[in-house]
Amino acid sequence: MTVARFWRETLRRYNLGASKCPECQAVFFPPRSVCPNCSVHRKSLTKMEACQLSGRGEVYSYTTVHEAADGFEMQVPYVLALVKMAEGPMLTGQIVDVDPKDIREGLPVRATFRRLRADGDDGVIHYGYKFALENGAAAKK
Amino acid sequence: MREVAILGIGQTQFGELWDRSFREIGIEAGFKALESSKLSSKDLSALYIGNMASGAFIDQEHVGPLVLDYSGLAGHHFPSVRVEAGEASGAMALAQAYLAVASGEHDFVVVGGAEKMTDVPDDRGAAIASSTMDQEWERVFGASMASLWALAARRHMIDHGTKREDFARISVLDHENGSKNPLAHFRNKISLDAVLAANPVASPLGMLDCAPFSDGAAALVLGPLESARKYTDTPIRIAASQIATDFVALMHRKDVTTVESTVVAARRAYQRAKIEPSKIHLAEIHDAYSIGGLMALEDLGFYRKGTAGKALSDGEIGNGARLTINSSGGLKAQGQPFGAVGIAQVVEIVRQLRGEAGPRQVSGQEVGLTHNLGGTGATSIVHVLTRVN
Repeated sequence: MTVARFWRETLRRYNLGASKCPECQAVFFPPRSVCPNCSVHRKSLTKMEACQLSGRGEVYSYTTVHEAADGFEMQVPYVLALVKMAEGPMLTGQIVDVDPKDIREGLPVRATFRRLRADGDDGVIHYGYKFALENGAAAKK
Repeated sequence: MREVAILGIGQTQFGELWDRSFREIGIEAGFKALESSKLSSKDLSALYIGNMASGAFIDQEHVGPLVLDYSGLAGHHFPSVRVEAGEASGAMALAQAYLAVASGEHDFVVVGGAEKMTDVPDDRGAAIASSTMDQEWERVFGASMASLWALAARRHMIDHGTKREDFARISVLDHENGSKNPLAHFRNKISLDAVLAANPVASPLGMLDCAPFSDGAAALVLGPLESARKYTDTPIRIAASQIATDFVALMHRKDVTTVESTVVAARRAYQRAKIEPSKIHLAEIHDAYSIGGLMALEDLGFYRKGTAGKALSDGEIGNGARLTINSSGGLKAQGQPFGAVGIAQVVEIVRQLRGEAGPRQVSGQEVGLTHNLGGTGATSIVHVLTRVN
């Protein structure tokens, strides 16, 4: 992935920049320029409002990955999850600093800024969000 | 719009074909299809090719004219159209060819599907296979295709009480059928215990829940139904050819335990073919990952959501049972050359409806269905095929 291709998304990957439809108030991540919920799409075109996710959410589904995606070989086994964010959108991301056995649906998590992967030995290092359990979440379970 | 029939079928061996090139397998499937009808290449006026990723797999784009050229047809100058819809490229090519014949623009066309996947190392192959998911918002965060299906599987277990063994049975069924198909990539039977004990890929999915990377090609000859008897004794009618789409990323779907594009494509196909799913007992379903096969059984309307697992464990599904799925061996055992899958599914249903399926023949079927999926379900294509009496 070229530097520019990753760099242009940093606002979203670093800061969880999202968008909100002024018609139906739904929040989207990544941000969309048109609302898929509103039947008259043109009403939302050019009117979507920028917003930011809080980073709080809960585990909706999870898997422990043993055969890594390209570039993630050094991280296996890693937990990948669908995380339902407090504002509504669902995100795909890793859950870190946790024993895979402790992951359950419904656990509260918070986005954390991490190194995602490197572009080969001499390429750019990509950063972005992963998720960590809220303090004591696993213990409470 | 006029009715369209399948007049010929062809398929190569599926598997790791080290000695065969992309163009060779494409040509073999096409000529076999032509030979099985009474048409010759001079009767054709267009070629359609389903192919997902020849540029990534063999650095070759522009495969439409390439296959036409090496089929000896360059001098005819007729259109050759390469169609891409991820792993649903094959069925998408068929859908386009169907429209071309139905509209009257073309009379006789060949539609093929081909993929050459083993000319790259395995890890590169997996990366190319991941290209049908959202690269910026799934792949970048560590998602593999298997992991996305695993996320759907886990939620299916949470919401519907589905058990790990339920979808493992899809792989067992596929290998049972593949053992009777000489063209299948894998011809060994596997036990339920073997699927459960296989190396983990993305929990709960293991190695034997995942279809292989295969080389292979398949092809069909299409023509108007009204003149079909001149070219074959056993034309098969395309009663419905329906495409539906959805959000590309799994996380954006309304419900990750339902492939809504399949629900919609199937519903439209049943309306068009004027048939209820309860009247269909023969289907080739897209099960690149075993859980996807289980979900397809529900999303196609054969079983209510959450009940396909029980039907599988009760033995309602299997060759000659209430519902026969993937008599070819499916994606898991027959193999998964991306662009060829959707065409090979149709080839198998045609064999079954003609009574040419050999040791895996299911008797008395008048109608069959195929289901080809792109990505984790951003594209679903359903075809309904019937005998012509």
